[in-house]
Amino acid sequence: MITPRSGSVVFQNIKKQFGAFTAIHDLSLTIEPGQLVTLLGPSGCGKTTTLRMLAGLEHPSSGKILIGGKDVTMLPANERDVSMVFQSYALFPHMSSLDNVAYGLESSGLKKKEAREKAEEGLKLVGLAGMGGRLPAELSGGQQQRVAVARALVLEPQVLLLDEPLSNLDARLRRQVRTEIRELQQRLGFTAVYVTHDQDEALAVSDRIVIMKDGVIAQEGSPRDLYEAPASAFIADFMGEANVVSCDVISVDGADATIRIAGLEHRVPSRNAKPGPAKLAVRPNSITLEPASGAAYPGQITHAAYLGDHVEYEVETSTGRLFVVDPAVERALAPATEVAIGFKGRGIAIING
Amino acid sequence: MDHRNRRLDIVLGIGIAAFLLVPWYRIEGGFLGFGWFSGFPSEASVTPGILQILEYGRWWLTIPALIMAAAVAARFLRDPMQRGAVLAAAGAAGVLFLTLQGLAIGFSGWSWTISETLFGALADGQPSMGAGAVLSAVAFVLIFSFGLAERGVMKGDAFVVASIAMLVFLVAIFVFYPVGSMLVGAFQDFDGSFNPDGFTRNIQDNSIWSLGCVVGGERCGVAWRTLWLALMTAGGSTIMGLAFALVATRTRFPFKKGLRLLTVLPIITPPFVIGLALTLLFGRAGVITEWMSSLFGIEPGRWLYGLTGIWIAQVLSFTPISFLVLIGVVEGVSPSMEEASQTLRADRWRTFWRVSLPLMKPGIANAFLIGFIESMADFGNPLVLGGSHGVLSTEIFFAVVGSQNDPSRAAVLAIILLCFTLTAFLAQRYWLSGKNFATVTGKGDSGAHIALPRPVSIAVHAMVIPWMVFTIVIYGMILFGGFVKTWGLDNSLTLDHYARAFSVEMRDGALAWTGVAWNSFWTTIEIALISAPLTAAVGLLTAYLIVRQKFAGRNVFEFALMMSFAIPGTVIGISYIMAFNLPPLEMTGTALILIACFVFRNMPVGVRGGVAAMSQLDKSLDEASLTLRATSFRTIRKVILPLLRPAITAALVYSFVRAITSISAVIFLVSAEYNMATSYIVGLVENGEYGVAIAYSSMLIVVMIVVIAGFQLLVGERRLRRENRVAGVTTTPSLTLGQEKTA
Repeated sequence: MITPRSGSVVFQNIKKQFGAFTAIHDLSLTIEPGQLVTLLGPSGCGKTTTLRMLAGLEHPSSGKILIGGKDVTMLPANERDVSMVFQSYALFPHMSSLDNVAYGLESSGLKKKEAREKAEEGLKLVGLAGMGGRLPAELSGGQQQRVAVARALVLEPQVLLLDEPLSNLDARLRRQVRTEIRELQQRLGFTAVYVTHDQDEALAVSDRIVIMKDGVIAQEGSPRDLYEAPASAFIADFMGEANVVSCDVISVDGADATIRIAGLEHRVPSRNAKPGPAKLAVRPNSITLEPASGAAYPGQITHAAYLGDHVEYEVETSTGRLFVVDPAVERALAPATEVAIGFKGRGIAIING
Repeated sequence: MDHRNRRLDIVLGIGIAAFLLVPWYRIEGGFLGFGWFSGFPSEASVTPGILQILEYGRWWLTIPALIMAAAVAARFLRDPMQRGAVLAAAGAAGVLFLTLQGLAIGFSGWSWTISETLFGALADGQPSMGAGAVLSAVAFVLIFSFGLAERGVMKGDAFVVASIAMLVFLVAIFVFYPVGSMLVGAFQDFDGSFNPDGFTRNIQDNSIWSLGCVVGGERCGVAWRTLWLALMTAGGSTIMGLAFALVATRTRFPFKKGLRLLTVLPIITPPFVIGLALTLLFGRAGVITEWMSSLFGIEPGRWLYGLTGIWIAQVLSFTPISFLVLIGVVEGVSPSMEEASQTLRADRWRTFWRVSLPLMKPGIANAFLIGFIESMADFGNPLVLGGSHGVLSTEIFFAVVGSQNDPSRAAVLAIILLCFTLTAFLAQRYWLSGKNFATVTGKGDSGAHIALPRPVSIAVHAMVIPWMVFTIVIYGMILFGGFVKTWGLDNSLTLDHYARAFSVEMRDGALAWTGVAWNSFWTTIEIALISAPLTAAVGLLTAYLIVRQKFAGRNVFEFALMMSFAIPGTVIGISYIMAFNLPPLEMTGTALILIACFVFRNMPVGVRGGVAAMSQLDKSLDEASLTLRATSFRTIRKVILPLLRPAITAALVYSFVRAITSISAVIFLVSAEYNMATSYIVGLVENGEYGVAIAYSSMLIVVMIVVIAGFQLLVGERRLRRENRVAGVTTTPSLTLGQEKTA
């Protein structure tokens, strides 16, 4: 029986430099046992470096890393109780999938026979029973991915690391495999750290998401928190596109605040805002457009693109250019149409930066 | 901590054993003879380190013993960082001190006056280092590496740290120490004392630097003659190589397969064989000379013996190498460039001169520099054909073995030769690096190379066809020459030469190898078989470290290793006998020195091949293996090596064959007990026994063809099986082989 353990992970003031370049500035992060935490961010933000430091493939320049409460900062990769699924899967091309899965077990000192039995079990776990004799080149992309997951899981690590595990799959398969990974993680209850640059993927699989930018944590929280209450314009834009509009906070009363844009007042969640000038993140599908001229908040369509189930507009307004997604395909508006801008009740958040 | 302690315990055990259980100093009869068993441990010459201190007054050995004790004590420290620091310090101090005492104290006492004035005279000196000293040095290097690994150096990977440390240690001993000794030797007298007279006398010697030939009159100095020859050879072989490459890729020449076969020739031909064949054709008693004299009454001359003859032999020998380099370049020019040029209304002539040729320029320059280094380093051909008009490499040899026996002169000549080749090497590395336009991208580069312009096509055919015929005739002579009784005098066919060299008899029911060649033949095969796997192992390990590990000084490390390749064999030979003839390390006359010489001279090819093959292996394969709990040693064994099979085979074949064919360094290092085939053949030539020499040479060529064909068969099979498993790993072994041949 394969029963991965669930260890906690603690990063304490981690700093990582490559020569003169600082990849990670003072990162501190705690991951609770049994959670799937995603490191999300644009390329070059340090998310993969963080994962590799956890695996032991890079060593931090300063700071401490604890896995399951044990200091592993100086331990080499092969002495750490974690295992990793690589972006390229990194299946050994000269070994059958069974040998691939058994490899780590044999490295850990298991007898060849036991290792093979356990490897069989691992393949069964990911739905590849009976495929053990195939070489990686004889498997489809999705099957290779599953072999990679099985190879990591049979070691029953305290933490499973996944480095962009879906990026080599086509779009259709990606959705299916991410569901499988999440389902497996919840069934076996192991701790997992997942790196991706795709926010949809992050939203779909994570217990918590850590967004990184330029080597620091930009925001950390549940998928819902991050989407609905982004801390900055960067996060609002990264977690699904957002328009950032200047506004004035008129009054705050408990959970709600009243704000004014272009002379119109709206009520939005307050999120500790103080009265005064502020920024507002507005999701493209939270903006309504009505054909009208001389409206209170007027705009003019400069560009329209019909995309089947929705229409995308660019609208020039007094507060800048807005990007709008409108599901009303039946009344697609032509460029140069004058419109009145309105806001829906949700998808709007005051941000502090 | 468990296995850290285990590996440390093993090494500390070795370190303690080095002081207690094996003779500290060199055993005259050889350590592996175990003749020392009888006298051990009481006799002074075979006593272990600890008794050397206690009984024989070698007090300076207490210091490494104490350092070893400190390392043993450090093993029980709790704090890993502290423990690592102490271990690293002890290891470094141990290695340093052992080196220092080895250099400072010779047979009869202090080697340096400064230490004598500091510490007072010693009653007794010490012999060369033996098993104990060497073992303890190795143990110190490992202790040093484990200490660093425990401090988290190289991500705490002890195997990697230890490999780097050991390689640096070995390269320092077998490349830098000898070359350094040679440089020092230039300033020393016979007794080892400092005396710059020899250097100043030789460096200004007119026979080296004279420019007589330019101002008319006397001959030029040997340095200028060698330089001139090298430039001519490089030019000649590059032009011929380019012509061959163009014929092979851009024409409809019917014998392209045959052209490809040419590339194997330089690898399997002992370097002096071409010169030998030329004497059979054009020498005083050569076929063509006699024919000309009887037909046209042309007086047989000695024109072959001198720079002209050497030049012809070298161009013949090195054209295949330059062909090998240039065929990659010519093929590498993207056809789409040429097609683009044609769509831009350029005709074939303009396309060739304005697009194709400029794109090949860096490759051509590279071939030129390789030809230059080859010619400089060539020893076999000048030895056979040089006569009294020697070049640097042969002058070095005669300065040591000849009647003059002037080590200082040999050292000075070697330094001059080294300067020439290193300049070319540096030019190749820095000036040409990053200037390669011949791009083979992963993208499907469709299209075909255009045909050559007509005049160029005629010209290259006019060069290639006679040259091919000439090469065939030369090799025909080599194979045929062994069956002729006395060349030029009695041309009747005979098997005598083969019988003399390779006869086998049944005596008393046992097989007796009565031929004169068997002794050197079996020695050669034995040494080649021992050194080939070592060379491949060291080369590929180095390649792994260079490609896969990032460490401070990696570029210097790589540079130092590759540089050992630009050191001509004669220089290596002379520096080895200068360095390893006296304490602290005495190896002349043993098989060990031959093996060390082969390993460190041929290793760079393994490195090149390994680097090329390994850069095509996805790095995440290693990382995956590491995260799957495998050590880097297991990773190499289970993942990297199986995927590198073609590169390994290439390295094995190359180092095996090179060990058989090389002569330049070997001729200095052979002894009566360990004579190599090539130096034996040269001896035959010097005695005028051409028949046997030729017979032996063709035998060697046949043996090597069999070996290469056998390996090629094995590799070919491999490649079929793993065709689509790792895209692009299949490198052509012959290419990496040939590019790097220096005699």
